[in-house]
Amino acid sequence: MREWICAKTTDWRSYLFLTCTLPAALLVCATATGNLGVNPLETIRDTTGIWTLRFLLVTLAITPVRRIIGWHKIIRARRMVGLFAFFYAVLHFVSYVWLDQFFALHAMIDDLMKRPFIMAGYASFVVLVPLAVTSTKKWILRLGGKRWQLLHRLIYFSAAAGVVHYFWRVKLDVQSPIIYGLLLGTLLLGRLRRSIALASGQASDTGSSSVV
Amino acid sequence: MLIQRAADILSSEITPEDVYQNRREFLKTALFAPAAAMQGFNTTEKVTPYEYATTYNNYYEFGTDRGDPSKNSGKFQTKPWTVTVEGMVKKPARYDLDDLLKGLAPEDRTYRMRCVERWSMVIPWRGIPLASLIRKLEPLPSAKYLEFKAILARDQMPGQRSRLFGGGLDWPYVEGLRLDEAMNSLTLIAVGMYGKPLPTQNGAPLRLITPWKYGFKGIKAIVAIRFVETQPVSSWMKSWPEAYGFYANVNPSADHPRWNQSREQRIGEPGNPFLGQATRPTLMFNGYGEQVAHMYAGMDLRKNY
Repeated sequence: MREWICAKTTDWRSYLFLTCTLPAALLVCATATGNLGVNPLETIRDTTGIWTLRFLLVTLAITPVRRIIGWHKIIRARRMVGLFAFFYAVLHFVSYVWLDQFFALHAMIDDLMKRPFIMAGYASFVVLVPLAVTSTKKWILRLGGKRWQLLHRLIYFSAAAGVVHYFWRVKLDVQSPIIYGLLLGTLLLGRLRRSIALASGQASDTGSSSVV
Repeated sequence: MLIQRAADILSSEITPEDVYQNRREFLKTALFAPAAAMQGFNTTEKVTPYEYATTYNNYYEFGTDRGDPSKNSGKFQTKPWTVTVEGMVKKPARYDLDDLLKGLAPEDRTYRMRCVERWSMVIPWRGIPLASLIRKLEPLPSAKYLEFKAILARDQMPGQRSRLFGGGLDWPYVEGLRLDEAMNSLTLIAVGMYGKPLPTQNGAPLRLITPWKYGFKGIKAIVAIRFVETQPVSSWMKSWPEAYGFYANVNPSADHPRWNQSREQRIGEPGNPFLGQATRPTLMFNGYGEQVAHMYAGMDLRKNY
């Protein structure tokens, strides 16, 4: 336990950090060299959007993966990966507000009201904000583990709204949104099964250490 | 009680003031300028690079991703090609493509193309004015609409085999036009672009071009033209009636459930997106109002989307 708290700063997580910045770095490179493809705006919007969803799913996968492969230290990556989901969500949101709509407030409100997929994306993004803000150790202490954990269950909602946003956004090409939906469904069902099992006392509670 | 006499002259028949004021000039250009330039058939806007126009396509028969058609249509067979002409027409028959177009002179037209997905291009087409083809086929007076059918070729088109890959439209792809729309001088049956034969991913060997309508109206790889009395139901109307109507005229004030249509991205000219230059305003009828607006006089185009 002690090792967890006094983690060295240059451990495997540094490499993970660099890896998580790669999609953004590649996007910046492609922008600088004019390699964003036929529709640059669309490339930026879609790339940041899909990486938001991927990072959300990876964040949700960390706890079950930890249990399955038994590598408990992996939990130390969860906050970072979750914050990267937020980072890509911010880029995605900014690409819409700035590059696509160029701050045209009226048009954006119109979009929000008329288009359920915009509303779903917005909802997915907005609930991530309190999660990012309260991601520090200070906030965990301030809220208390139980309440903090409860609040952070909002990530389920965010991920679900993200998948819905993706599904509603496409015309008929639903293949990829369905795959993401199935992955999310698997992760959520796994949690549901586990919490039912825990409630009936069939499994030991290894989840409590995942608070930090 | 207000008694009003109906106007004895249609507003569309009144010569605009600037035209009659300059009638000498008008006669000069009408006599000496090539017909296409005179009627605004060729936009002088920057032509979209060939590479973009041939690698960024919506052609669900070859996959729903815009990069799919250029990847998956390489082996598509366009020879021999027959087109069935049927319905209310004097000469119904199965034509070999060359026979169908025999005696009809192709023209070069550089048109704007506005996709319903909020992007646009400028493409130099080569094609036969549909009006001259229709005149050759001699429709019966009862014919009010044209229904076009694209090829059904599951063995060659992966999107027709798989629901997931091709979006699950009701194949073959069907489109339609009112007869006057089909006869409009802008309407083209394209057989080439950029001075070359039409590439497979752009609808070889023949496709429809209606530049004042959204791109999906431009049915590709046409195998049947039917003259009918009632309004045809297109594939997109069938699949999503709230989003896709029969007319599909470019209209910045008629919204699509997915996209706000008031602006568009011109492919190949992104401008500086950080300065708000990523999009430009979309024009009513894609800027072809002068040529087509009269056909919709008195219609509510938000309802008839």
